Amino acid sequence: MKAPIITDTTLRDGSHAVSHSFSPEFVASVVSRLAEARMPVIEVSHGSGLGGSTIQQGFSTHDEWSLIEQAVANKGGSKIASLFVPGLGTRPEIVKAAEFGIDILRVAVHCTEADVTQQYFEQAKNSGLGTVGFLMMSHTQPARVLAEQAKLMESYGADCVYVVDSAGALVPESVRERVARVKDSISVNVGFHAHNNLGLSIGNTIAAIEAGADQVDGTLRGLGAGAGNAPTEVLVAVLNKMNIETGIDLTVLMDTAEEIVAPVFKYPQILDRDNIATGYAGVYNSFLLHVREAAEKFNLNPVAIIEELGRRHAVAGQEDWIIDVAQDLKAKELVK
Amino acid sequence: MGKVKAAILGSGNIGTDLMYKILKTDGAMELALMAGIDPESEGLKRAAELGIPTTDRGIDGVLDAEEIRIVFDATSAKAHMAHAPRLKEAGIIAIDLTPAAVGPYVVPAINLGDHLEVDNVNMISCSGQATTPLVYAVNRIAPVKYSEIIATISSVSVGPGTRQNLDEFTMTTANACQKIGGADTARAVPIINSAEPPIMMNNTVYAVLHEEADEAAVLESIEKVVADVQRYVPGYRLKAKPYIDVRHTPWGELPTVIILNEVEGAGDFFPNYAGNLDIMTAAAQQVGEQFASHLLKKGGVIV
Repeated sequence: MKAPIITDTTLRDGSHAVSHSFSPEFVASVVSRLAEARMPVIEVSHGSGLGGSTIQQGFSTHDEWSLIEQAVANKGGSKIASLFVPGLGTRPEIVKAAEFGIDILRVAVHCTEADVTQQYFEQAKNSGLGTVGFLMMSHTQPARVLAEQAKLMESYGADCVYVVDSAGALVPESVRERVARVKDSISVNVGFHAHNNLGLSIGNTIAAIEAGADQVDGTLRGLGAGAGNAPTEVLVAVLNKMNIETGIDLTVLMDTAEEIVAPVFKYPQILDRDNIATGYAGVYNSFLLHVREAAEKFNLNPVAIIEELGRRHAVAGQEDWIIDVAQDLKAKELVK
Repeated sequence: MGKVKAAILGSGNIGTDLMYKILKTDGAMELALMAGIDPESEGLKRAAELGIPTTDRGIDGVLDAEEIRIVFDATSAKAHMAHAPRLKEAGIIAIDLTPAAVGPYVVPAINLGDHLEVDNVNMISCSGQATTPLVYAVNRIAPVKYSEIIATISSVSVGPGTRQNLDEFTMTTANACQKIGGADTARAVPIINSAEPPIMMNNTVYAVLHEEADEAAVLESIEKVVADVQRYVPGYRLKAKPYIDVRHTPWGELPTVIILNEVEGAGDFFPNYAGNLDIMTAAAQQVGEQFASHLLKKGGVIV
């Protein structure tokens, strides 16, 4: 089997788990170690992408551009990517990110809304960037719909389209089906991005590679939104055992995960009740800390909020619905 | 003396819904022409069935018609840029429902009377119509340092124009929250949700204040503006009682007003969930009525 291109997104997805508090110094040290380990792509931005620093998503502690500046300065032979969510980001941010020296823009939308991405792919291409399309919450749609959406992104200029399991809700069979169908439908690369809510981040990533995924994501020690992602160092170890040669230095990855990333965890990222409920109900992972905050404020069980968000089909970016749900649940409780 | 003759330019969904709204209102305007460029369009067919004069020659058809004083432009920003100077030359008032923003922003609940002498006004965007009154209501009591609005709309109610120009939608809405909402700085974030059955348009406004404010006075002001919007969009309402929270911001821990709003449409042509489209046409109709009354008054007619 061909080795997949791995993107480490500790410094993007992991941003959610630390409430967007990464410092420029931290970014510099992680990027330089990942470059030393020969990581092909390193993603750096606010967890919700360029311009994500908002009340809704959480403000960044440090200016996002100072993080990107450090990433570019320390990237060595690696490429730097940034996430971009249309609506949170606008084209001026793409132009600016390209001027700062990023290499790749990853344009993320809910997996039925690819047709809002055209102006962003065109801007990224005009700014000389590589392009990735991110179909978020891909568990909500059948493979056929994802394939149609991927084709749209390809037509706008995507070099790769990812099936993104934002809720950690997929199982290996549903990953295989989706990745294989998208692979059949487009001529550019196909990627897969996992979350670990049901304990399947590595298993699903391997299933994706077996189904033809050309690119996959991981984060050091799994640091990421909600239940976290596929731990990059575990992924490389597993691929080594499968005799799939990535060219990435496992020892450097393990050291970086242990010595630099582990100390910044703000809470134990384990498969606790809230994380399992999130995966089981198919709810966007970066809602977790916002749900816990609302649960405390309104004195509710976080799982009740998570389940109701699942029933309402909340999509990425709808953190404001957490307040709405909490208020509704509280009102119902008072009626009782 | 008769009513002021108005034309709708653009026979798509927005134009068609606006047609039904004007027809069901006995006001100062009469719908004298429905103009499109596609003779097969649903909007032109429906207009013809209702006995409304139609043209498939777009702006040329409008300029050839007699006595048109007001044109609602429901085409596209690019098309409106071309239409605006021609309408101006003909002495016709343009109510622009595209993001072209040639003229000043107008929100009926805020500044309807301020621009009656200009010949082109802009209706901002659907989320601008829904959220700027709420920012304005807070700001008139407690100055707003930063407003952030999240406008959530159902996927089926978002047309190709918005989809291809999401940046324009985002920037125009944020700009209006500053210019007429009164916030020092502003962000607007659109969210498109494809859940079935479709969700109703809902908006969240976060208004970060310079300093602590009288919560009861802020609430009263919000409730008053909601009542003002309800006069033309009856389904515009608060989802829960707004409250002031303390939020972590780049400027320190600051009081932040949190308002959850939803907009149920009148169901004239669009389904009820499409409050985003409804508030646009309802607001435009209000503006048209105001211009028409003003023109009649200027003509010496008491209405």
